[in-house]
Amino acid sequence: MALVAVSDLTKTYMLGQTAVPALRGISLAIDRGEFVAVMGSSGSGKSTLMNLLGCLDAPSSGTYHLAGQDVLRLSSNKLAAVRNTSVGFVFQQFNLLARATALENVELPMVYAGIGWRERTRRAREVLAQVGLSDREHHRPSQLSGGQQQRVAIARALVNQPLLLLADEPTGALDSVTSDEIMATLVRLNEGGLTVIVVTHDAEVARYARRVIHFKDGRVVSDDLNQNIRAAA
Amino acid sequence: MKLVNSTLAALRAVRVNKLRSALTMLGIVLGVSSVTVMMAVGGGASQRIQTEMRNLGANTIVLNSGALKSAGVSKGQGSRPSVTLADAQAIENEVPAVTATSPQHNFAGMQLIYGNANWSTLVTGTTPEYLTIRNWAVSRGRAFDREDVIQGSKVVVLGRTVAEQLFGNQSPVGQEIRVNRVPMTVIGELAAKGQSLAGVDTDDTAVIPISTALNRVVGRNPANPRAISGVIIKVRDGANMASAFSDIRQVVRERHGLLPAQEDDFHLINLTEVMRAKEDSARALGILLAAIASVSLLVGGIGIMNIMLVSVTERIREIGLRLAVGARRSDILGQFLVEATILSLIGGIAGVVLGLGGAVAVERYADLGVVLNGQLSLVAMAFAAGVGIFFGFYPAWKASLLQPVEALRSD
Repeated sequence: MALVAVSDLTKTYMLGQTAVPALRGISLAIDRGEFVAVMGSSGSGKSTLMNLLGCLDAPSSGTYHLAGQDVLRLSSNKLAAVRNTSVGFVFQQFNLLARATALENVELPMVYAGIGWRERTRRAREVLAQVGLSDREHHRPSQLSGGQQQRVAIARALVNQPLLLLADEPTGALDSVTSDEIMATLVRLNEGGLTVIVVTHDAEVARYARRVIHFKDGRVVSDDLNQNIRAAA
Repeated sequence: MKLVNSTLAALRAVRVNKLRSALTMLGIVLGVSSVTVMMAVGGGASQRIQTEMRNLGANTIVLNSGALKSAGVSKGQGSRPSVTLADAQAIENEVPAVTATSPQHNFAGMQLIYGNANWSTLVTGTTPEYLTIRNWAVSRGRAFDREDVIQGSKVVVLGRTVAEQLFGNQSPVGQEIRVNRVPMTVIGELAAKGQSLAGVDTDDTAVIPISTALNRVVGRNPANPRAISGVIIKVRDGANMASAFSDIRQVVRERHGLLPAQEDDFHLINLTEVMRAKEDSARALGILLAAIASVSLLVGGIGIMNIMLVSVTERIREIGLRLAVGARRSDILGQFLVEATILSLIGGIAGVVLGLGGAVAVERYADLGVVLNGQLSLVAMAFAAGVGIFFGFYPAWKASLLQPVEALRSD
């Protein structure tokens, strides 16, 4: 059974009186352990799909099963639990709490999982070490570089051991060297068995993925295996 | 566990965002403290009037000699010495509503000398009833009695201020002083009463038997040797003041042989009415202060509302992020509710403390009596906290209804 299974997913935004379709019927299946890049120009609906997969938004119609669970039928509290433990989300703009340290940012999902502080600190440290930020635990986001902030965000996405890591333009705010570092981190995580979906408009970034899905005007136009996988640096 | 987490998160947010927290609390602090101060001042004004009323004695009517008019020019109260000791006695005997009368023969600015200390004060010659009518207790020694009045004893009871000026902290009882050059023995000291509403020091006085005043110390009026300054009349509790007033007037008119067409040759003042008028004005002042306090509380409330709306609105992204990493709506609501409550409570408590401090400062430096009203402070605090909590909670509640991505997208 596919980890992610969506069928006929549509999403229409209302801008005043006009209906703007962002997704016009998407059907996709993604298995455990895949590394998928979703590509397309801006406005193609790729980010909208990402938000729907991450349960950050609700579709207009269609179905979405995550690990066999029909997430569109879940209550608000159950959905919160899915966001908390099943999905890790990495944003283009990092979205870290500005007043909190790296460690506290990583602890945040565990706070909502109801994990005690001792265990929280232990696991947050462990995950920060995994992304190479052991020496930055007590730094605020403003005291970290863009790449370091994004690694804190990845650590936060990983800390509750999700089934699925979603990254929406994770390198969009970073230079190419830092981008390569971040992608290398994602590749490493994927090699460890984590399912990763990356949204990007950058072909260089998409080259790390084993499967590339192209979007145009809210529809899938191609879905191919990558013949030219770029090795992680 | 959830509440503990929310509380910890809220405390952290309050501590980390010091400026935002301080601004949020400012409106609450100012609103609550201004209400506290103003209500304390208003309460003080009304209390002073009540105290004065008690000092004066309730149900009191004062009879003074009238004014002499010469070619249409009035020479002022007492210039026509018409009231006598016999009038006082007649009022007490003939008006059933009257329980006591106290004739007075005064002289303001009379010099008292003890050793090389001297002090000028109001010397009142009167009868023992005077202190009863004015609810005035003797703190040291004794008051003079009826026998002293009959004998014309050379004894004096000093007010607190006079005793302090002449004797310092020493007891004046048994000492010999000179009152207008007449050697007299101090037999008692009156309990302190403080200032009257008009700002006059009530304790700056000396009381002597009226016979002594008439014959030795103050002297008689050359125009009418039987005349005295006036009479204080005490009417029975519950009696009709208006009818007692007109009865007294009738008695005095008859005794002075006035024809119906003639004007009164005396002044009759209903002190209860005077006090009631003062009380009304104090009440008006209280209402004015309460109105100002309400307005400042309202303005403070609007301030609280604005800062809360702004600070929570600018945190909608934060709410979106928290939702995105798995916060439940109840987690968000709990955090913001606790945060708004903590800010409002700290602000409210600070406001009450500042208000109390302000009231004490007013008392000390503006020399105005204040009465602290804890209940009103609590009401003001509850109002400010209610506004703060509602407007801290409401935008967070609305944001928590959004899809996480919508909240994240907001600026």
